Order: sequence, then structure tokens, then C-alpha cells
Amino acid sequence: MHKWTKFLPMLAALAFPVLGSAQVLINGAGATFPDPIYQKWFSDYHKAHPDVQINYQAIGSGGGIKQVTEGTVDFGATDGPMNDQQLAEFKTKRGGGVLHFPTVLGAVVPIYNVPGLPASGFNFTGEALAGIFMGTITKWNDPALAKANPGVKLPDADILVVHRSDGSGTTYCWTDYLSKVSPGWKSKVGNGASVNWPVGIGAKANPGVAGQVKNTSNSVGYVELIYAEQNKIPFGNVKNQSGVYVKPDLAGITAAAAGAAKDMPEDFRVSITNAPGKGAYPISTFTWLLIPEKFQDQAKAKVLKDFVKWALTAGQAMAEPLSYARLPKEVIAKEEKALAKVK
Amino acid sequence: MASSASRTENTRPRRVSRFLTRARGVEAVAHGVAFLAASTIVAITALLVFELWINSALSRHKFGWDFLFTSTWDPISGQFGALPFIFGTVVTSALALLISVPLGVGAAIFLAELAPPKISDALTFCIELLAAVPSVIYGLIGIFVLIPALQTIVPPLKSVFGFLPIFSGPFYGVSIFSAGIVLAVMVVPFIISVSREILLAVPRDLREAALALGATRWESTWDVVVPFAKTGIVGSIFLSLARALGETMAVTMVIGNTPRIQASLLAPGYSIAAVIANEFREAAGDLYTSSLIELGLVLFALTIVINGAARLLILATTGKAAS
Amino acid sequence: MTGTLSLRRKATNAIMLSATGVCTLLAVGFLFFILGYLLLQGGKDLSLDFFTKLPVPESETGGGMANALAGSAKVLLLATLLGVPIGFLAGVYLAEYGAVGFSSVVRFVTDLLNGVPSIVMGIFVYTLIVLRMKHFSAFAGGVALGIMMIPIALRSTEEFLRAVPDSLREGAMALGASKWKTVATVVIPAAVRGILSGMMLNLARVAGETAPLLFTALGNFYWSPGWNQPIATLPVMIYNYAISPYADQHRQAWAAGFVLLALVLVVNITARSIVASGLHKAR
Repeated sequence: MHKWTKFLPMLAALAFPVLGSAQVLINGAGATFPDPIYQKWFSDYHKAHPDVQINYQAIGSGGGIKQVTEGTVDFGATDGPMNDQQLAEFKTKRGGGVLHFPTVLGAVVPIYNVPGLPASGFNFTGEALAGIFMGTITKWNDPALAKANPGVKLPDADILVVHRSDGSGTTYCWTDYLSKVSPGWKSKVGNGASVNWPVGIGAKANPGVAGQVKNTSNSVGYVELIYAEQNKIPFGNVKNQSGVYVKPDLAGITAAAAGAAKDMPEDFRVSITNAPGKGAYPISTFTWLLIPEKFQDQAKAKVLKDFVKWALTAGQAMAEPLSYARLPKEVIAKEEKALAKVK
Repeated sequence: MASSASRTENTRPRRVSRFLTRARGVEAVAHGVAFLAASTIVAITALLVFELWINSALSRHKFGWDFLFTSTWDPISGQFGALPFIFGTVVTSALALLISVPLGVGAAIFLAELAPPKISDALTFCIELLAAVPSVIYGLIGIFVLIPALQTIVPPLKSVFGFLPIFSGPFYGVSIFSAGIVLAVMVVPFIISVSREILLAVPRDLREAALALGATRWESTWDVVVPFAKTGIVGSIFLSLARALGETMAVTMVIGNTPRIQASLLAPGYSIAAVIANEFREAAGDLYTSSLIELGLVLFALTIVINGAARLLILATTGKAAS
Repeated sequence: MTGTLSLRRKATNAIMLSATGVCTLLAVGFLFFILGYLLLQGGKDLSLDFFTKLPVPESETGGGMANALAGSAKVLLLATLLGVPIGFLAGVYLAEYGAVGFSSVVRFVTDLLNGVPSIVMGIFVYTLIVLRMKHFSAFAGGVALGIMMIPIALRSTEEFLRAVPDSLREGAMALGASKWKTVATVVIPAAVRGILSGMMLNLARVAGETAPLLFTALGNFYWSPGWNQPIATLPVMIYNYAISPYADQHRQAWAAGFVLLALVLVVNITARSIVASGLHKAR
């Protein structure tokens, strides 16, 4: 950009000599959806390899895509794959390409805080969720909800909608699903990491939405399963393609990934929302690490590849206790091959 | 001086002259360093404006002045309009002033006119400490104390006044109203301490003349002292307004982050500073980023105007008192 | 001035005067409420771990904010090293050397800089440093806060130097001291208490800044060696933990809020008492 700025790093380096050490420090940023397991992974990996310190800041998937594109972090993370335009932008800005590496699978679940409603087993249809988040369904005793929940006494209260305020892969997955099941949603709002919400309030990141719903009576929101479970926020079942109300759990997510496991595209960018199959939970998704193909610092490239290998093997065992589903074996095999592209 | 000395003597004067040129050299260096520091400030500020200007070019060219007057904020279709954020910023700040001005001016009158100097000093000290409380702490109290309190207080009030458009719609707790209250508490100390200074600068004899003519304490204060200090007090209010407009963290935590223009004060909203805090790091795409930077530029311009007006007003009063 | 009218005026007088007292009580009440609440909530949750341990993943409880405390200290150190000298020297320039035209430009620009909303400062340093150095870093955070310190550093220096009586300057000059020597050995020492307290207040003010650090220092779950790594800071940790749903993180946010507020207030009170004791001596 400007010539003089070339001197900035040099000046900084002169002024503040970095402590010489053999430690490899890697910085990443992005999705909050997998943050609970990523923090666990990075923390455990650091314990096993004290010379490796991976600092992951959960700033949202949009942030992961943006910051890895700008090159301000070594890797990004997202749960909505980068689109073609974003991949092109990455190429222009960084020279090389960027690779998607699925790490685990998770579910985005509708959470609610409504006095009088059961703490589990409340049913949502895709259309009802679209209606609620578009503002066409405004009361908890709306007929659409009553029909899905026979026998449940629904309160006559306003529905308070909580959505994300930041660029989010969780939003991507949620709106991807709503676009598939509701033509109205598709034409009025659409699908993306940040959308123009017709109703509701914005909260920052998965923790922000969970916190807001927890603090607000009669509210509804959407978060990754683990945030609902860890914070004991009630979450609902969602009706899938086969007409079954599926509880979001490991089995439901794994079932949703069954198709994609056999048919994974080369670049791993795949959507598994509204997946077929009786047991499939329809708002499931892979979550990806975004790793540039070319590294200037070979030590970082090596460490990051070692880490991904570890995450794909030993790391998978930590997924289930944190309510994420393991990757299908076929996908892991494919990823291990793809890792060779990182240089 | 040095040259005339060197003509008369030979060895010593040379030393003297060397000392003097060195002294002049040091003098020049001292002056130069101080000048350089002052110039650095000008350079940094110029650089800041320059960075904001060039980095918002994309958005400025694409939307032109429409940016300020449209209200769609849609990252998917690449439509960005600043109006909801300007609206939220202005309304929350106005609400904050509505609450804090009577409170602040009242307290300033008490501290400047009524309280004995010792008590006044002690209380002013407390109020200046209040001004030092970091914004994020106001946010913390906002989330965990104010919002739950409002969630219990507001619904019964809403059942009575809900027919008014400004109290309509569902109440989430986080809202324009909550942000206004937090901001009010945050700016009250500024209004008090600046207004108090200005009231104290009003000549004593004015008061005494009014009291001698039989005015009550309140009358002398309200009818004589306050009108004299009016411009300066308005200046202090503008100063607080500038602070409120740019306030970020506390507002972000309680405003509800919703880019919509609604009549209801109980509805969630968004402010310029809050949307930048929430979306800047995460805005994928150059146009989106550029639009957020242009919002920063708008906010900067807004605070410049308000700050400038404040300074002029304060200067006008203190100048009047001095003359 | 007598009779019924007088009664009404007396009543107005009494009511309005007490109303102003109530305003004052309310304003002071806010302070004590905030102090008390933080003391109660934060004090309760404060433990030794808070000062000695690193944060833990959200799936675990416990841990502390040792790295954020050190991080805040580091960023503030850099900010002081950057902001104070520039502001101080520029203040000396305005008070002692300034040419009329340039001085008013500097004053005007300093006011502008002081009015820059903190979040805008974040954008500026992000585009200037983070994007170009390709790092979120302690360095960027320090620069952001450092620039924010300049205007107040300048103003308090200028103000306290101007308060030094001209007779002191004239005396020193009459004794043959050069200008810079007069400034360095007579004027500045006479104003040093005021300037020092101004700098402390300045530091306390930026210590609580969160917005400029979001895009510059970012955050870190570990210790941050050197100056080129992202770094955890206390205010950003409070923000992140406050908006989370985890009770354990709320607990830590309160504890951190308590520590931050205590530090800010202690520095404030110390700074103000330095000035006050200076005034007593002068008398």
C-alpha cells in the first residue's frame, strides 16, 4: 500500500526484540460454534507439546474468514464454508489458496426460555422457525406451534427473537436451513453469515445468544448444541424431511452426515442441512479450519499440520463428551491426504 | 556578543564562544524536540483522518450521500445505509441528556451555590471518581443489575402506558431505553463538574446584589446566577453529548444490536459505535468493512461538530465572567 | 415582599434547594452503589487463582486472569512510553516555546484527537498497524492507547506549566540561565506534581478502555511473549466474559471488574492527593 509502512515491522522489531525461544506460537480466530472443543484441544495439545502454543480467539466465523484473508492470523475457522467470491478475494490478497478442513460435526439448536413450556421435547417445524425469525409468528400460542405440540399448554406471550449480531457460521447454517425449507425466507432474507434480520435483537457470538436467551423470558434463539447443554437452556426438536421430529444429539447429527461422508467434494465445502434420512437432525453442519496453502514460516506449517493430524485422530475422542459428533472415517482419510497441500 | 568578545581576547573567548554555540545548539535541540513532539500530534491526527478517508473510499463511492439517509443494512445483498445507527446514536444520547441534564445541573447548583466548601469539595471528589469508572464496568452493571431490574419494572408500566407508541412492542430488557439510562449515569459526572466550575466562575457580587434586593437563595441562583452561566452550562451539556455519542462498550452491552428504526423506546436499537464494535472484526468483504469505516468517519465528524460547539460555548461564558 | 407571596416564595425556595440536594445525593449514590455492588460481587469471587492462573476452556471451571493482568500492564506500559513523552514535550512546546499560529493549530488538533471516539481509534490502529504488520499485537494495542493518552498528557503539562509564575522564569533568566535550562531546571520542577498527577489520571483513564483493544490487542489464552503477539487484557476479558452464558465466567468477570475498578480508583485518589498535598505546601 504505502512504501513507508514497510519499515513498520522493522522498527517494531528493533524497538522490541522478540524473546528468542524455540516455542512455536500460532494464532487463529473464527467460529464460536466449535470453540468449546477447540479450546479443549488447544489446551490439551499445549499440555502434551509445551513448545506449541495455539491461541484461538472465538470472534465469529465471519471474523475467521476475514482475518485469515487479511493474513492477520495464521489460520481461521468457520462453520459456513467460504463462498467462491471469498475464495477469489483470498487469492487476490494472499497469492495462494486456502483449504477447508472439517474438524467435527455439530448441530444448531433452537433454544427457548419460556415459563411453562417443557424443558425438553418441544417441537418446531422448519416453517414455524422461519415464521418466528421473519416476524410472521409473534406469539408463543400461535397455531403453527400448537399443531406441532399437541397437549402442551402454550402461553399467550410475545416471542422475543434473539439472533447473532456478528458474522457467524452458526447463522450461516441456520439461514441455510431456513432458506431450504421456507421459500419466503429465501426470497426475503436469504442465506449468509450476516443477514438483514426482520425481527429480534442481536447478541454477540454463541455465548452472547445463549446468555441473552437465558436472561430473557419468552425468548427464542439458536446456538450450537453444547452451549445449550452446558448452560442448561431448553432446546427443541426439529422436524426433518421425513416428517420426524428429531432431538438434536450425536445420533441425529451423524445420521445427517451419512450422505456427505460418501460423497464429500474435493474441497470439503458441503452443506448437510435438511439432510435426508429418518434419524437425521436437519440443522447439522461440519465445522472447518481454514488453512492457507502457503506458509512463510515452515515451522508454523509443520506444527499446524501435526495438530490437524492429532485432531483427526486422538482429538476425535474428545468430541462426544462435548456433544460434537466425530467425523466419518471416509472424511478423515480424505483430509489426511489433503494435508499434503499445505506447505 | 560572542563575536565581539572573540575580537578582544584570544584563548578564553574561544572557549566562551564554543560554550555559547553549544548552549545555543542545546537550546535549538530542546526547542526542536518540543516542536517535533507538537508536530507529531498534528501528523498523527492527519494520518487518522487520511486512513479513515481512504479506507472508506469504496463505500463512499458506491453509496454517496445516500449512505447517510438509507436504512437497509444487508451484508448479503451488499446494501449499507447508516440511518438506523445514526438514529440509535442520537436517540440514546438525547435520552441520556433528558435524564442527566436536570440531575447534573441540579447537583452542580447545590455544589456551587449551597453546600459549604468542604462538603462541596468532598462530594465533587466522589463525582469525579464516578467519571473515572471504566465503560466496561457500566456495561457489566447494565447487564446484570439494570436489565433484570427493568425486566421486572417495565412490564407492569407497559400494561398501563403500552398504548403510547413510544412504549409499544415487546420488551427484551436490552433496548434504546436501557442504553439511555446507562449513558445518563455515565455523563452525569461531566455535566456536574464542568457546570460547577462555570457556576463558581460567576462573580460573587451578582449573587450578593440579588440577595440584598430581597431575593431568596433560590431566586438569586435561578434568576441571576444560572442565566449568567447559561451558555457555559449548555457547553458542558454539549461536551457530555459528544461523550455519549462515542460511547461504545456500555452501549453495546445493553442496546440490543438491531439496525431498525422504531418509534418505541423499549425496542432494541443500535448505535454507530456499537455496530463497529460488533461487526468490524468480522465483516467479511471489502465493501462491508469500508461501510463500517465510513460509519466511523461519520461518528468522528459528529463528535467534532459537537465538541467544537461545546468549546465555543464554554469559552463564551468564562470569557464573559473574566471581563 | 411579605404575606402570602412571601410564603409561596419561601416554599419554592425550600423545595428547589432540597431538590438540588437530592440530585447531588443521587449522583453520589450511583458511585457508592457501583462501588458497593462490585465489592460485594467481585470481592466474593476474588481468589488467589485469579491472580496466578491462566484462563481455562469454557468446558472447565476455575482458572484465572494472570495473563490478562500482565497483558494490561504491558499494553499500558507501552502506551505510557509512547503517549506521555509526546504529550509532555508538546505541552512544554505550547507553554514555553510556541509560535502563536502553530500553537493554535496544535491546540485545535489536540482537541480533535481528544474527541476521537475510542472505537474509531481502534479502526485507525487496525488499518494502520494490524493490517500492515499482519498481526494483532500488544504493540498495536499499546499504540492505540498511547495515542489516546497524548491529548490529556499535553493539556495537563501545558496547564501546570502555565500555572508556574513568570517571576520564576524571569529570575532564572536574570541569573544567566538559558531558556532550556530555565525550563528544565526551574519551571518543570515547579510544576512536576501537577504534571505527574495529570499523567496518572490519564493512565487510569485508558486503563479501562476496551473498544480500541478489540481490533488491536485481540486476546490470548496464554502468556504473550514479545510485542508481536495478540495479548489478553483485563477490560476485554471482562467484556467477553460478561456477555457469555457461563456462570463461572460471570464470576470471573465480576472479580476482574472489581480489580480493574480498584486499580483505577486507587490511581485516581493517589493522583488527586498528590496535587492536594502540593497545594498545602504552596500555602
